[in-house]
Amino acid sequence: MSAVAIRTALRLAGVSKEYPGGVHALRNVSVEIDEGEQVAVVGPSGSGKTTMLTILGTLERPSSGSVEVAGRDVVKASDADLAGLRAHQIGFVFQGFHLQDGMTAVDNVATGMLYTGKPKAERRELAREALERVGLGHRLTHKPTQMSGGERQRVAIARALAKRPVIILADEPTGNLDSKSGEEVIELLHELASEGATLALITHDENVASTFGRRLLMRDGEIVGDVRR
Amino acid sequence: MSVAESARGFRRRARVPEQRPGGGRDVARLPPHELLSVAVQGLRQRRLRAALSALGIAIGIGAMVAVVGVSASSQANLLATIDALGTNLLTVTPGTTFFGNAEVLPDTSVPMIDHMANVDGAVAVYQLSSATVLRSPFVPSEETGGIGVDAAGTNMLGIVGTKLAAGHFLDAASENFPEVVLGAQAASTLDITSLTGHIQVWLGGTWFDVIGIMKPVILDPTLDSTVFIGLPVAERLFQQADSPSEIYVRANVNDVDQVSNLLAPTADPQNADGVDVSRPSDVLEARAAAKGQFTTLLLGLGAVALLVGAIGIANIMVISVLERRGEIGLRRALGATRRHISTQFLAESALLAALGGVAGLAFGALATWVYSQAKNQPFVVPTWALIAAPAAGFVIGALAGLYPAAKAARLSPTEALRAS
Repeated sequence: MSAVAIRTALRLAGVSKEYPGGVHALRNVSVEIDEGEQVAVVGPSGSGKTTMLTILGTLERPSSGSVEVAGRDVVKASDADLAGLRAHQIGFVFQGFHLQDGMTAVDNVATGMLYTGKPKAERRELAREALERVGLGHRLTHKPTQMSGGERQRVAIARALAKRPVIILADEPTGNLDSKSGEEVIELLHELASEGATLALITHDENVASTFGRRLLMRDGEIVGDVRR
Repeated sequence: MSVAESARGFRRRARVPEQRPGGGRDVARLPPHELLSVAVQGLRQRRLRAALSALGIAIGIGAMVAVVGVSASSQANLLATIDALGTNLLTVTPGTTFFGNAEVLPDTSVPMIDHMANVDGAVAVYQLSSATVLRSPFVPSEETGGIGVDAAGTNMLGIVGTKLAAGHFLDAASENFPEVVLGAQAASTLDITSLTGHIQVWLGGTWFDVIGIMKPVILDPTLDSTVFIGLPVAERLFQQADSPSEIYVRANVNDVDQVSNLLAPTADPQNADGVDVSRPSDVLEARAAAKGQFTTLLLGLGAVALLVGAIGIANIMVISVLERRGEIGLRRALGATRRHISTQFLAESALLAALGGVAGLAFGALATWVYSQAKNQPFVVPTWALIAAPAAGFVIGALAGLYPAAKAARLSPTEALRAS
């Protein structure tokens, strides 16, 4: 380790996750991701990628093991504490976008900061900035139904990033996109994350994974490879 | 990164924030005004469904408001009628003396009362208990139909507050002759509806000409089933009319209480305790108030409609929670606590039902208005109903939303996100 203190953004230690019915989604997973790092998580479906991401995102707690996110112990924290952590420090990007069809792009992005306690005017201002940043300055008042898949995913990225989280978690963000839009989205995520956030991204696309400096390979609920370029 | 880029607002965050024990940092918030706008937004996204599910509450509350409004309108109408007739009518009747004997009002009581200050007029009626009135001598004398015969002063109509439906009242000339005026109920019992032709009744063994039919006396309905003849003719034919059975007194509107207090000693200075004084409008007002009470049956129906409406809302909210699992998961990912999710659904449910309450208030008021127009009555909806209707809706909605809200909060966010 270099002289500059690099701190850990995400840490899993001996984490297992069992679902009712005896499904072992994760088996004794340990991994550390430093802040500012960009990591691709790859593996076949059912290998536990999404489960790991939801545990890292504090949406679920592990059955055993310890989890530390942005310096906080997730296992011991209350529901309200974890919600506060997500509201301020974690940005999610989903394969299915999860935009609200009835709202304009600005409102969708502003809603991403609803639970931060920021006043509405400030949320909308940050939303406009974020949409301009992802190249949708001309689509502010459009609704998701009037946009292409790539544009929708960029709105979702703007929503995840407008609050300037320290951690960005993306679950197959290119899964519903054609390859060209997919490339643009990945490029955008790299660019925005490099401005100060830690990025963990699930993908099964080799081309996408190859753009990452570090790759975690998963199989049957275990990390079977940790490749740094 | 260029300077221009960083100026756009994506400042570099080099490190994760310092961990501070005890929290206070990174709090998830949803202030009340934000909660309200989230709830409004939730309802606006499904307008038709919201409108239909609020309809049950609207019908229930509408029925209740209509019941309350219609009875309040009827009551206001009755009170207005009483007001128009005057609340300054007092009656003096012989009661029982201190020693338990029946009081007899002295013959002098009417002129004494008439001379009191603040008395606008007084009239006595004398019940002729031996006299009966029949349509003809061939009707058996027991079949009087409960009609009484009174001798009355010629100024009676104005004092008791009624008018004639037909003909004219006793006057200085007619009171000396066998002529009779019929109370409204008495006329219909005797089957006399108009004065066309020469109409007579068999009264105490003599034919009397019917010269008038009265309108109902609202302040004292006992007068309706009575017929009235003049004092002179009564004395001549029945030799009985010396002690008044009832004295009607119109007091000056501003001095009713004072007059009321003085009436008994004035009517019979020897035996004021035996004189009963009452104010007929008080009785009617009490009755009007009782009539203003709600019809329990209709209120019960309204309550059933409300219950059905509440179940409908609970049902719709449960469906809504299932449909909106994706939204719930997203909100949790964006930083909503379980409590934020449950209050959101609770607020939607309460707001929906409160809007139903407002709509119900409008329906009920409209129904009351139509009724009052048809009945030519004043239109009254009690002011408390303006608050109570939406408030009742709000409470019912909140109760109906409890289960769906708890269900929404219990949803696992990952399952919710996967579901859509």
